[in-house]
Amino acid sequence: MYYLGLLIEYLKNYMKTRLTYRADFWVEVISDLLFQATNFIFILVIFMHTDSLGGWNQNEVVFVYGFFMVPFGVFSCFVNMWGFSERYIVKGEMDRVLTRPAHNLFQIFLENVDPPSLVGSFIGLVVMAISGSNLGLPFEWWTLPMLILLTLSAVAIYTGIYTTLTSLSFYSDAPTGILPLMYNIQTYGRYPVTIYNRAIQVLLTWIIPFAFVGIYPAALFLHRDEMRTMALLTPLVGVVFLSIGLMAWSFGVKRYKGAGS
Amino acid sequence: MLGAYFDFIRIRFLTMLAYRVNYYSGILIYTLNIGVNYFTWKAIYGNGESLGGFTGAQMTTYVAVSWMARAFYFNNLDREISTDIRDGSIAIQFIRPYNYVLVKMMQGLGEGLFRFMMLMIPGMVIAILLFPVQLPTEPSAWAGFLVMLFFSFLISSQINIITGLSAFFVENNEGMMRMKRVVVDLFSGLIVPITLFPDWLSSVLKVLPFQAITYLPGSVFTGRVQGVGIWNVLGIQVIWFLILLIPIVWLNHAARQRLFVQGG
Repeated sequence: MYYLGLLIEYLKNYMKTRLTYRADFWVEVISDLLFQATNFIFILVIFMHTDSLGGWNQNEVVFVYGFFMVPFGVFSCFVNMWGFSERYIVKGEMDRVLTRPAHNLFQIFLENVDPPSLVGSFIGLVVMAISGSNLGLPFEWWTLPMLILLTLSAVAIYTGIYTTLTSLSFYSDAPTGILPLMYNIQTYGRYPVTIYNRAIQVLLTWIIPFAFVGIYPAALFLHRDEMRTMALLTPLVGVVFLSIGLMAWSFGVKRYKGAGS
Repeated sequence: MLGAYFDFIRIRFLTMLAYRVNYYSGILIYTLNIGVNYFTWKAIYGNGESLGGFTGAQMTTYVAVSWMARAFYFNNLDREISTDIRDGSIAIQFIRPYNYVLVKMMQGLGEGLFRFMMLMIPGMVIAILLFPVQLPTEPSAWAGFLVMLFFSFLISSQINIITGLSAFFVENNEGMMRMKRVVVDLFSGLIVPITLFPDWLSSVLKVLPFQAITYLPGSVFTGRVQGVGIWNVLGIQVIWFLILLIPIVWLNHAARQRLFVQGG
């Protein structure tokens, strides 16, 4: 309850700062969408030259992409670790965070909430609805609850991975260039992983499990039975990776000694 | 005076060297990017012989070369400049006896040289070992490619500088920087070679500078463009380099009139 109150306060604050730079809000929404559009254009261009990608047709791949956008939007809204090292370690803001009563990681998430990202989730739902109806997908009784469950699991996976990577900045004082590069990798989880060779499949499934934020869960709604087991594993993977992230984080924080002034 | 500018290259190179651990992970991740793109294209090709004038083998080489070229020309000058503008330290830099933009360019070059040696070359070696990349054998192709690569760097950095300097006019240019990144990756032909785009789009892209960053050098290096075509490509790069100087000079001038420091 206490944390919910904090969240609301931070959102109010966010709105106030945002209203001072009003045009910026739209620039950000548009730039977010443009980022998604690149990948979307990639899919459309591919299917101008081929009918299927590893046995998946255009509508299916587009549907997977739609699903992929939903958890990604939620994740980018509530868990934004971009520039953590520069802001909190190098500039020493971590000290301020640690002296406050609320959990430090939660505070960092709150200080970086980014509601414009949710527009991406919304577009993702629209994309799913359109390509789903093109495919004639049935709307089952479990569709909606499953969508919510799998979205939350995918957000947990993202959070786990990025929290783990971010906590590396407690160990090395160098600004880590890993995060931006990871952003490229994560989008590969939305393609049919079966097209990749074994090593990359294993990597995207078990090591940096981005296949669980796109193709596997989406396959459940597409009634792709060969991936059903994997789809149902998503919540478990979410729990495991979120725990790894939180553990890495709390080890890191214990090691944190403060920097400079 | 020129010596001072060379020092900026050297200092940035040495600074990067201090953070070199980042680049070991960089090699891994760039290789992974090439790998994933390679398999995606392989699936797209299926049994098809050629797409948009690229054979399967050429596409593999194109993907590897493009990503590795990016390893060299990519830098964060836009972010550095807009940070300087926002925290006001640009005011000090403007009164120092050097040209701010030129200094940034030199720092970018120092970073580029570092990335060339620590990221691009090792990454290329790994990519050649892992994937069926076919590099040209004649020395002229290599010499040509290195020159074009240098122009890719110049043009990409010029676009970064323009984006960075725009922070003078829009206070918070975070969104612009992200947009630039996406636009450059897509329209330079890194993600999809430009010939595969629908006709109307590729004809639009032919009059934009982005293709000079990745697509044109990549086409030469994969052997799709040969002979006189190579000089045309180089010509296009030089022309864009010159054209992009105009907005930079103008922005740099206008910025001096407009400079107001937020806070600090």
